[in-house]
Amino acid sequence: MPYSGKLRALYYLGIHTVWKWFHLLGAPKSFFEISGKLLPWFGVAAGLTITVGIVWGLAFAPQDYQQGNAMRIMYMHVPSSILAQSSYMLMATAGAVFLIWRIKLADIALQCAAPIGASITVLALATGSVWGKPMWGTWWVWDARLTSTLVLLFLFIGVMALRSAMENREASGRATAVLAVVGVINLPIIKFSVEWWNTLHQSSSFSLTEKPAMPAEMWVPLLVMVIGFYLFFFTVWMMRIRIEILQRENRTEWVRQLVSEKVSDAV
Amino acid sequence: MLLMTIRRDLLLTFRHPADVLNPVFFFILVVALFPIGISPSAEVLQTIAPGVLWVAALLATLLSMEVMFRSDNDDGSLEQMAVSMQPFILLISGKIITHWIMSGLPLVLLSPVLAVMLALNESAIQGVVISLMLGTPTLSLLGAIGAGLTVGLKKGGVLIALLILPLYVPVLILGTTLIQTAALGGDYTAHMLWLGAILALSAGVAPIATGAGVRISLSH
Repeated sequence: MPYSGKLRALYYLGIHTVWKWFHLLGAPKSFFEISGKLLPWFGVAAGLTITVGIVWGLAFAPQDYQQGNAMRIMYMHVPSSILAQSSYMLMATAGAVFLIWRIKLADIALQCAAPIGASITVLALATGSVWGKPMWGTWWVWDARLTSTLVLLFLFIGVMALRSAMENREASGRATAVLAVVGVINLPIIKFSVEWWNTLHQSSSFSLTEKPAMPAEMWVPLLVMVIGFYLFFFTVWMMRIRIEILQRENRTEWVRQLVSEKVSDAV
Repeated sequence: MLLMTIRRDLLLTFRHPADVLNPVFFFILVVALFPIGISPSAEVLQTIAPGVLWVAALLATLLSMEVMFRSDNDDGSLEQMAVSMQPFILLISGKIITHWIMSGLPLVLLSPVLAVMLALNESAIQGVVISLMLGTPTLSLLGAIGAGLTVGLKKGGVLIALLILPLYVPVLILGTTLIQTAALGGDYTAHMLWLGAILALSAGVAPIATGAGVRISLSH
């Protein structure tokens, strides 16, 4: 036997705990309660890290010896570009979870991630073109990364369009989930093909696995900004999910109770 | 089963030839608009020809996509297919193959003529045929996903384009660069291999995703 009795017991216990949490978080009501407790923390943390990162990056971090002060837009551009891609991944993961386990919350998470992801992608494109103007001399070039980010934006828009075109909520949830998963299979191919086609963009100088190609005074505030953007994303995502839960569950007992409590508090 | 679906669908389309012919005429028309709109000079045409042919092929495929499930959905036979004992993926694959025979293959056969009209040289014409031959099946496969997800929606047409065009980007890039390489007399084996790889991947994924999409659309 590969496992001893104790190890196997531990394994089953672990699986059991994971599933318990999975189901607990998957239930709209308990997610609403847990996220309600977490939300202020996330909000404060996002606000703090973004403020610290912005002030540090824009005012105190050193200039680039070649690009001068113009490179400071990096502190907005890099985090939004990274987040744009991960938000599609997160959205598609939610879609896969919904298709496999039919967890209602995953559907809500998918629907709520799409508009945030699309806006972040727009931000990445806009900051990129502001950076491109002084560096490359034009607002827009048909470069690999710009193009694949643009395609990413269209993928987000496609998910949102399909969502709004279908009236039946159950069907539209599953259809958008299928689309998001198909998109995520396609995303690496799109990135590869576009890169092959045309590349002018400076290569990534910031990744998880390698040592950054810049001094610590630059990458530490950048890292703070990246973390801040993720926190911001999760905060907004949670807020949207909470609102969507309330709307969808507006006929259930607990939502009615919650509303009547709030109303009586206000009065 | 697969062959029977193909036979049935081919027969049905042959009885309504307009559904097939219109996208083909559309393809020719779009290609003809570019020399008129931009410039009839051979130099300009040679540079834009790969992109023009491919973009026109994408649009023509999308245009014919909507009819893939429409009539079967309207008369309820799609529902019967979905609940029948036969493997649904085979039925879907049959429909996709029929779609390619009726919309992709005519484009491939027509493309050398249009390539000549766009002043491409001989090796480039070869490239056009090869790239469309390898690429148009992928267009049908990916397009079917969009068609499946939008079965029964009133405004399906534009929506399919919005959903599927981004997914066509790799095929478009590989197809046009193949023709460009061929025009310069270069070796385009790598492009062919990549187009083939994408075709193999979509042949594996698209029927499943399409089947899931059709089932979702039928469920409401």
